[in-house]
Amino acid sequence: MKVPMPSNPVTALCLKLSALVIGMFVFAIWILPPMYDVFCDITGLNGKTGGRYQAVDVPAVDTSRTIRVQFVSTNNDGMTWEFGPEVRSITVHPGEQTRIDYAAFNPTGRDMVAQAIPSLTPARAANYFHKTECFCFEQQPLGAGERTQMPMLFIVDHDIPESVHTITLSYTLFDVTDRFPELVAAMAD
Amino acid sequence: MAHGPAKGLRRWLFTTNHKDIGSMYLWFSFAMFIVGGIFALIVRAELFEPGLQIVDPNFFNQMTTMHGLVMVFGAIMPAFVGLANWMIPLMIGAPDMALPRMNNWSFWILPFAFLMLLSTLFMPGGGPNFGWTFYAPLSTKYAPESVIFFIFAVHIMGASSIMGAINIIATVLNMRAPGMTLMKMPLFVWTWLITAYLLIVVMPVLAGAVTMVLMDTRFGTSFFDGAGGGDPVMFQHIFWFFGHPEVYIMILPAFGIISAIIPTFARKPLFGYSSMVYATASIAFLSFTVWAHHMFTVGMPIAGELFFMYATMLIAVPTGVKVFNWAATMFKGAMTFETPMLFAIAFVMLFTIGGLSGLMLAIAPADFQYHDTYFVVAHFHYVLVPGALFSIIAAAYYWLPKWSGRMYNEVLGKTHFWVAFIGLNLTFFPMHFAGLAGMPRRIPDYHMMFADWNMISSIGALIFGASQILFLYIVLDAIFRGKKATGQVWEGAEGLEWTLPSPAPYHTFSKPPEIK
Repeated sequence: MKVPMPSNPVTALCLKLSALVIGMFVFAIWILPPMYDVFCDITGLNGKTGGRYQAVDVPAVDTSRTIRVQFVSTNNDGMTWEFGPEVRSITVHPGEQTRIDYAAFNPTGRDMVAQAIPSLTPARAANYFHKTECFCFEQQPLGAGERTQMPMLFIVDHDIPESVHTITLSYTLFDVTDRFPELVAAMAD
Repeated sequence: MAHGPAKGLRRWLFTTNHKDIGSMYLWFSFAMFIVGGIFALIVRAELFEPGLQIVDPNFFNQMTTMHGLVMVFGAIMPAFVGLANWMIPLMIGAPDMALPRMNNWSFWILPFAFLMLLSTLFMPGGGPNFGWTFYAPLSTKYAPESVIFFIFAVHIMGASSIMGAINIIATVLNMRAPGMTLMKMPLFVWTWLITAYLLIVVMPVLAGAVTMVLMDTRFGTSFFDGAGGGDPVMFQHIFWFFGHPEVYIMILPAFGIISAIIPTFARKPLFGYSSMVYATASIAFLSFTVWAHHMFTVGMPIAGELFFMYATMLIAVPTGVKVFNWAATMFKGAMTFETPMLFAIAFVMLFTIGGLSGLMLAIAPADFQYHDTYFVVAHFHYVLVPGALFSIIAAAYYWLPKWSGRMYNEVLGKTHFWVAFIGLNLTFFPMHFAGLAGMPRRIPDYHMMFADWNMISSIGALIFGASQILFLYIVLDAIFRGKKATGQVWEGAEGLEWTLPSPAPYHTFSKPPEIK
């Protein structure tokens, strides 16, 4: 299809250039961010781990290798909860499903909602660290003065590169109370 | 046809004349240059000695931020647009710009953008304090309330730049006199044509970045907020995808100016004209592939570090071609050293220093030490001050007789050059040493060990600032009292603009000139 263009060459050129301007604006807001997410998802570059993992046919545990998994927890600025893993470090074999609990305590006098965001180092291990269950998949509401155990189940993949001996998984806890008024309301009931 | 300009204020408000609009752009950019310079002097006054003396840290941060924003978007870019407005129609034999009404509009929205930006300094919470790069979350979660005015000001500046760029492309591609083929155009026109394309491609990305900041601060999205699944590092990628071409937007027109001045005063044609055109185009193209060298320390894989390191170093090749061509133009030329030529030669020397420190910064493993230190500050000031700014001053001296019909005072011009030259090197050269020793950027206080370098820098800044007041005096003195200039002005000058009488009449090339 040929787009009809105005006969005045200046008008035609300005139309093309304006289209380029609008195109670049659309590119910046609607295409670059999703592209960035997909790129990071494939490469594991920003340390984000994948979503819920369905183990298809679970192969035997590879006891010939051991991987040390370290757990780090950080409270984002202004987050008042006490938050941390029950153990700082464990040793696992590839293929072995392991459970680790994080403890959270809301010492404030108000009901709050938190969101944990994972980040994993080294980035080349990100695609070989599978979570079958994780509190980070959803928001965690916690009433005033309440405490809870938050489970995370993971499997380190058989195919993890030989050079990886230690994986560090970090969770940053964000206060998202303002974003989820409905969860706060549910707690009050 | 030979009617003159309207009288009084209406002439300036409603003008569609490229010369009037060019002059307004130039005066506006000079005003912004003084404002941004005052901000810089406040920063340098605070840094004169270690410890906190003059301003509180939050205001210090506002000063570094506003200095950057005002100088980049208020001084350098409008000055180049003003030069383009004045000179491109004269250089290609066109009667005016292709879109004169839009030209008026793209100028007149600028003062309002900067009024809005500067007014934030008087708002509760103060103005932008997150650096001119406005990294999230500094510009989202931790930003002062006034960030919204900063965002809209950037939108307006962007719109102005985009309109200016469309106008320049439309003029160059449609309005050339018969016989003025693309490869006969003066290099200033060429470099501006390529710059205009860069502007059109990246200014919308900047607009997108500030829009996303707006959405994150006001409308609850999470583009750059980890809590909602966003990523603050993505901000840096998007910003520098705009930001790196932006630095070439600020230097390519300078290359064009220098390529006009050096042949005039060396009395030889420019060496390697076509290689200059191709070098400019390759710099523009490569500028899209190097953005992450501003963020080597965010935790990129080794492959990414290597790619951006090599791509960055590749840019040194076309840039080196240009420096070589300027040197070869001067080689065995019958050189004289009038003020524009002094600024042009200083440009070639000092811009090369800035380019070499850029190569040092491009080495990814070394950058981990240099990152966010005064070495970076020294680097980009060496490319922007004796680079972009000196080229603009050189252009002002070079074409002022054509604009005003009068010569400036050569002795005062040379004085301006030497005072500015000494002041700028005193200011910025010690920053290399402070930076290599580890002094961080954007910090109002510092360790005792950096005290001497900082004191020298601050004294240099004062000298450099004072020399610009002399510049204002020289320009006003020339306009009102200068000797009458001839049409040719400079013995060795070539090009269509010199075939016109000085001052250039209000309407020129109503009949297209003949191109030999």
